[in-house]
Amino acid sequence: MTRKRRRLYVLIAALASLGVASALVLVAFQDNLVFFYSPSDLQTKSLPADQRIRIGGLVEAESVMREGLTTRFRVTDTAHSIAVSYTGLLPDLFREGQGVVANGKLGPGGVFIADEILAKHDENYMPPEVADAIKRTGQWKPEGSR
Amino acid sequence: MEAVGTFLAMGGYAAFVWPSYGVAAVILLGLLLASRRRLRQEARALEALESSAALRRRPARREASGTRRPA
Amino acid sequence: MSGLPRAALAATSSAMHRFANPTVALRLADRLMPWSAFLCAGLFMVGLYYALIASPIDYQQRDTVRIMYVHVPAAWMALGVYAMMATASAVGLVWRHPLADLSAKAAAPIGAGFTLICLVTGALWGQPTWGTWWVWDARLTSVLILFFLYLGYMALWQAYDDPGRAARAAAILALVGVVNLPVIKFSVDWWNTLHQPASVFTLQGPKIDPSMLKPLMLMAGAYLAFFVTVLIYRLKAEILARRASVLRRARAES
Repeated sequence: MTRKRRRLYVLIAALASLGVASALVLVAFQDNLVFFYSPSDLQTKSLPADQRIRIGGLVEAESVMREGLTTRFRVTDTAHSIAVSYTGLLPDLFREGQGVVANGKLGPGGVFIADEILAKHDENYMPPEVADAIKRTGQWKPEGSR
Repeated sequence: MEAVGTFLAMGGYAAFVWPSYGVAAVILLGLLLASRRRLRQEARALEALESSAALRRRPARREASGTRRPA
Repeated sequence: MSGLPRAALAATSSAMHRFANPTVALRLADRLMPWSAFLCAGLFMVGLYYALIASPIDYQQRDTVRIMYVHVPAAWMALGVYAMMATASAVGLVWRHPLADLSAKAAAPIGAGFTLICLVTGALWGQPTWGTWWVWDARLTSVLILFFLYLGYMALWQAYDDPGRAARAAAILALVGVVNLPVIKFSVDWWNTLHQPASVFTLQGPKIDPSMLKPLMLMAGAYLAFFVTVLIYRLKAEILARRASVLRRARAES
């Protein structure tokens, strides 16, 4: 075969092996790449008690209670939910039914003590009038969580 | 005038929106100007090389690089 | 091989042969430049008008959504330019096309610039919406890696005296880094990330209101025309620089 064709085959083979190797590495490191655990994950996976972790899900409707600077609420992934306590300022986008990521430790009584709250928003963009119109038709789908 | 104020305020998020557009503008303009400058430099350098190479090829015409004499 | 694919292959091959001649490429570039520059200016003017004035706020992100119009097109260009660089690098390695390596070299700083815009505007958008300037989730981390790949690519060109070896080393890095592109794109689907999933290129179609899709696409067009314009400037400079170094070497040897 010509030298050019041989170079082409070498290149394709090299890229293919690189792709397979990367895929294997990524699959192997799944757990380390997790940015947050869902409330269900906390039930099924056994995590060391005093480890700093992130949990994510939706802010459960009608679960938010503010006592001064401390906010208590529940994070749910529709299958399981967990109680969270956070002292500090909340992001603008934080509200019930909204995605949220909490960084902290599991405390006594199964309450997650968070020292950082991040709001997570979904991929839908629309003007307020369109959102209101959809809500009026009753077709409003709440933010999906993982 | 009030409309300009509202526009600049960006609903209270001015500190995030305007620097975003500013950063994009600075980086893009910077790339454009730097690229044009580099092209000018390379063109000038090549021209200098080509004209001096031409001079070296015709040593008899060294003193009159611009004028032409009938052959 | 049947008729149509063979004809397409022949056409591509003859085009590549023609544009292998730098003079022909330069002439095409000179003809293309005024158009891309004009398009770039026009699209920026119309795009910025729609982005900043003639488009609504978002129902939850309000005016911060306007950052999307400079952030998302930058992300698209960051990925697209790298894909172009990787393709040009492959062409250079396999077919030894003389302009392939130079066009990748010319494109790299522009791609790096788009990636930087994406990272910085992303941080400025993340703070008021998420509540943080940065997180090490899969999307943000892989885009940061892309930025370092661009810088590494540019550094490799400077690392060698012999342009042929520099080109080969840089091309290999560009191709190795290609695995990062699907990671970036699918990071929001494969892993739990803070960054939300895709809004435009989804299996269900765009999840953006048309009034917001318009400024987004206009700015994307402006960024693309910008890339073509600046690429032409840089590629011309590379071609002239190569000619100069050939002349210098000829003089040194004579």
